[in-house]
Amino acid sequence: MRNYWTIVTRELKSYFSSPVAYVVIGLFLLISGVFYYLIVTNFVQVCMRADMQAQMYRMAPPKLNINMMAIRPLFHNMSLFALFFLPLVTMRLYADEKRSGTIELLLTSPVSNLQHLAGKFTAAAVLYLLMLIFSFVYMILLYIFGSPETGPILTGYLGLYLLGLSYLSFGLFFSTLTDNQLIAAIATMVFILFFWAIGWLSGSVSPALGQALEQFSLIEHFDDFSKGIFDTQHVIFYLSFVVMGLFLSFISIESARWRGR
Amino acid sequence: MIDVRQVTRYFGRVKAVDQVSFQVEKGEILGFLGPNAAGKTTTMRILTTFLPATKGTATVAGYDVHLKSMEVRKRIGYMPENPPLYTEMRVRDFIDFVASIKGVDPRDRKRAVAETMDKTGVAHVSNRVIKTLSKGYKQRVGLAQALVHNPDVLILDEPTVGLDPKQIIEVRELIKSLGGNHTIILSTHILPEVSMTCERVVIINAGRVVAEDKPENLTRHLTASQRISVAVKGPKQDVQSKLSALSSVSQVIPSQSGDDASVHRFLLESLAENEIRPQVARAVIENGWDLFEMKPEGLSLEDVFLHLTTKEEGTEL
Repeated sequence: MRNYWTIVTRELKSYFSSPVAYVVIGLFLLISGVFYYLIVTNFVQVCMRADMQAQMYRMAPPKLNINMMAIRPLFHNMSLFALFFLPLVTMRLYADEKRSGTIELLLTSPVSNLQHLAGKFTAAAVLYLLMLIFSFVYMILLYIFGSPETGPILTGYLGLYLLGLSYLSFGLFFSTLTDNQLIAAIATMVFILFFWAIGWLSGSVSPALGQALEQFSLIEHFDDFSKGIFDTQHVIFYLSFVVMGLFLSFISIESARWRGR
Repeated sequence: MIDVRQVTRYFGRVKAVDQVSFQVEKGEILGFLGPNAAGKTTTMRILTTFLPATKGTATVAGYDVHLKSMEVRKRIGYMPENPPLYTEMRVRDFIDFVASIKGVDPRDRKRAVAETMDKTGVAHVSNRVIKTLSKGYKQRVGLAQALVHNPDVLILDEPTVGLDPKQIIEVRELIKSLGGNHTIILSTHILPEVSMTCERVVIINAGRVVAEDKPENLTRHLTASQRISVAVKGPKQDVQSKLSALSSVSQVIPSQSGDDASVHRFLLESLAENEIRPQVARAVIENGWDLFEMKPEGLSLEDVFLHLTTKEEGTEL
């Protein structure tokens, strides 16, 4: 357990002693901020227009739902940005150790493969958590100037976090496969994008297969979270995805030892 | 302390290490000598549990490297050829991190880190980021990393590669001073390093152990014949034929002449173990030439090494 924490701390320190953490968090917040601005100003315009129409026809002004019309699309956008930023967080975890040779230190120290694997994953998960916490500022602004419902915001964040953990676990896996960070990152993006878009095929194949494909789609399972629905089947889906990624990473590290790479 | 038995390792179809066996006693410094790609690093990686062996077993401090790898890892310090350094960390933080994952008691850690930094001479750069250090200092941090948990066994893969001559001497001194308390295996392809630091040498070539002995024994074995070099002032042809005629001299090889064109140098070889120098000296004087120089030419470890690694079947030694 102590080894696990030592690895977590080292990885986190390493994120923040290199530009990685700042760049990734900064750019993620910047681009989410831009979309936040666009979505919210659009929502305000829609509200104003609806108000004017209501006045014209002497009706009560309609109640437009900020959760549905602004926060939900924002969550969807953020889930896409995470797809591009999180592989940058995980790409170095093993690839860089292999490139620089520090993997020899790690694998000849009395630290089990499970310990450093879990440690590295945790460090990446903590970094992602920080990213989401910082982005909560946008929600605070909405609370100040509007009255969004808290429930859907919380489930949305939960969904976003679980989705991100799935990205991270496979990012970790691709990082164990190569000593080139760029390849690790790109492979992760392509892989996740595939599982993201797999649901879109459902319309063009047989209904049975289509339904199955939708079940595998990363983003289909996110939809309920963004609507404010907390369904354990989605939680289980994401957690199995995470476990799968970690399991593959574990196997990959073990087998690399036997193959001698 | 270290017992390697019939270890073989394949990479795909390539046999990198072929039935290597050797033992190292407690406190001994063993030199692991071989040309590049001889299997030194692979053998060391097997000993440090980084790679499993395809066949054969090895034990370190009584623990099998495969079955009890965690126990082995606690007891070894390993410095790979490229020191494994997290270059974005500060020296002190890095060594502290290594101490922690090597299982140094948290209460002792601060002291252990400070002591190791003193011993390896990196104390005055302890707050520098490793990236900014010179090659020599990185090498020392690499050594510190291997030493911090005070391991029974130290495995050093080419520890002096890329250092300047002064640093090489310092590192060798350091390694020598560590012998006794630690059992050390040191790999190198630089021969003088072995004769200077090691008590015993294992020569490995193409994955096989071709010789194993003390450095001075290895040299002596191959110097059953004696070689001396002489410098004589006199007519070259005459000198050569007269010297060749001596009973105990088996071969006379003319070698590079010095500045003075009339002084000729020869390399004499004798078959027997008897001393040929008096005989040669007398012959020179009796012929009225001048003897400028005469010195014995021992076979250097370098010659032994070449001798062993270039022969087809080099195991008969």
